[in-house]
Amino acid sequence: MELVFLAELAVNGAMTGLLYSLFAIGLVLIYKASSVPNLAQGALTMLGAYVVLAFADGLGMPLWVAIPLAAIVMFGLGFGIERVALRRLAGRPVIMILMMTLGLDIFLRGTTMAIWGATSASMELGVSYEPLFLGDLFISRIHLVGSIVTLVLFGAFMLFFRTRAGIKLKAIADDYTASWSVGISVERGVGLSWALASVVAVAAGVIWGEIQGVDQSLSLLLLKGLAVAVLGGLDSILGAVVAGIILGIIENVGANFLDPLVGGGSRDLIVAAVLILTVMIRPHGLFGRHDIERV
Amino acid sequence: MFYRLSGVYHTDYVSDSRIYGVPADRNMAAFCLIIGLAAPFIIPSLYLNSYMLPWLIWTAAALGLNLVTGWAGQLHLGYAAVMAVGAYSAIHAVRFGVPWEIALIIGGLAAAVIGSLFAFAALRVKGLYLALTTLAMQFIMDWVLTHSAAISGGSHASLQAPTLALLGQQITSDTGYYYVAFGWCLLVTIFMLNLKRTGLGRALVAVREKDYAAAILGVNSFYYKILAFATSSFIAGVSGALLVATFFFLAAPEQFSVNVSIQVLAMVIVGGLSSIIGSYFGVALILLVPGLVNSAVASISQGLGVQIGVETLAHIPNAIYGALIVIILLIEPLGLGKLYGNVRDYLMVWPFDQIRK
Repeated sequence: MELVFLAELAVNGAMTGLLYSLFAIGLVLIYKASSVPNLAQGALTMLGAYVVLAFADGLGMPLWVAIPLAAIVMFGLGFGIERVALRRLAGRPVIMILMMTLGLDIFLRGTTMAIWGATSASMELGVSYEPLFLGDLFISRIHLVGSIVTLVLFGAFMLFFRTRAGIKLKAIADDYTASWSVGISVERGVGLSWALASVVAVAAGVIWGEIQGVDQSLSLLLLKGLAVAVLGGLDSILGAVVAGIILGIIENVGANFLDPLVGGGSRDLIVAAVLILTVMIRPHGLFGRHDIERV
Repeated sequence: MFYRLSGVYHTDYVSDSRIYGVPADRNMAAFCLIIGLAAPFIIPSLYLNSYMLPWLIWTAAALGLNLVTGWAGQLHLGYAAVMAVGAYSAIHAVRFGVPWEIALIIGGLAAAVIGSLFAFAALRVKGLYLALTTLAMQFIMDWVLTHSAAISGGSHASLQAPTLALLGQQITSDTGYYYVAFGWCLLVTIFMLNLKRTGLGRALVAVREKDYAAAILGVNSFYYKILAFATSSFIAGVSGALLVATFFFLAAPEQFSVNVSIQVLAMVIVGGLSSIIGSYFGVALILLVPGLVNSAVASISQGLGVQIGVETLAHIPNAIYGALIVIILLIEPLGLGKLYGNVRDYLMVWPFDQIRK
């Protein structure tokens, strides 16, 4: 095993991992504000990609117009989902909220497929597939672009959490009732987190749609996104980015060694194992808040 | 008037712990039992086999999940994996030459052993994290099933179920399959009805409400969590085996994928947590309504002359299935069982409550 090959696996894994982070940031945003595990994030990502395509192919707009328009549409949709479906379940046991997001996931997937059909469409982002050589390392251009998008979004959210709206979100994440009593509109904050997560879903949908085609398999990112979000701590955006890199490297290097042994397809196995081990050893993740339960 | 009562007023503990608090309930259960027994003679065999039979077996499975999720309060997103363990162990046992009666029990026990592994996650975490862990375990189980040729025959293979034979009788007729499913569902229902009257059921409820508080009361919550997982897994295993033996006739990994786990959980929650009659309603709604609506949509669009694409038609049931979950949770988070309870409570005292107003 050459060291260069290992480094190439690690670097490409890290970049794939950052793309998982892009997905996981959406999960974290919602969990942070409302403690709702959004299992519909996969369906939102898929829908985001389809909405972009609807503007680009259906109405013939260039992509740089279609993506912001799709982001606006999804922003509204995120607000709407929170208002209609989740707000009435606030304070209910977590199992009902979980089931609600699962129901939304199934509904959104079914509706998207019913409207646009199950055949895979391509995103045509215009990133070339020419290999990029960094010294001896071979790097995929689209993954590089995706990682940069992730880091830019991460920076944008770091800045956002310094604005007035962002500080309100932080307050809501910290203590629901306390922020209520000082006059912060908790409902609007939670709605905003859903809207922002839907916008993140558009970004993830565009990048992942370019990589693997726009079809139902986009919603399968959910397991990887969950693993990243849990490993990083469900309420930490920084955690999502760091955990994405870690998971990406483990997955890519591990799969390279495991695949010949077990006959392929060990990626999902590694991701599931990481998820289970994280929950068993350190449920609050790398950077998450450790909650103490009282009787 | 309908129940010939003006409310339920218990005067002693014996009457409070009866299975049926009201005579009318018992009469209705007896009526349903008779309908169920007579179904092969009333209902055409097509409907019997494609609607009634899966409904009954899935109800038994959903009741098993209800035991662990509704009674013991432990989230379980890997139920289909446990059903798969039961199905595959039973089929392999029969192919090995074991009679079906014992093979079903072997399937149930194997499922209970594997299902108890899920419980070890429950000992460490609960709520959301437990759900995520069981979900990950389901993915691992899917992977094991599709990748181990010894169990399932490989990723795209399916395993033929041997002909079902119970008590020395080969069962091949539709009526026979139906009665097997009916008997199993009845058995599970009777078990669940009696559960709340036993110490086990009360301990599970105590663990559900607050496991620390239960521990302070002297209920060993670890023990009861494992027991709940093992019992529900046993039910899952036998249900899975019967599902393959009487309905699918083939066992394939896709029949027990993560989507199926979500579907069973949806049946339980739409039906209502820890509601037995709710499980019957929930399974009926989730299992039957999407298909019925879809065929209705297809026939209406044909009648109106509107062309709906094949792909659209293929995905409408999924959209409806998701919408049903969302709508029921919005209308009544406690599920159809609670809705039924509301109607029943209203009719119970009608018209006496009108007089008071």
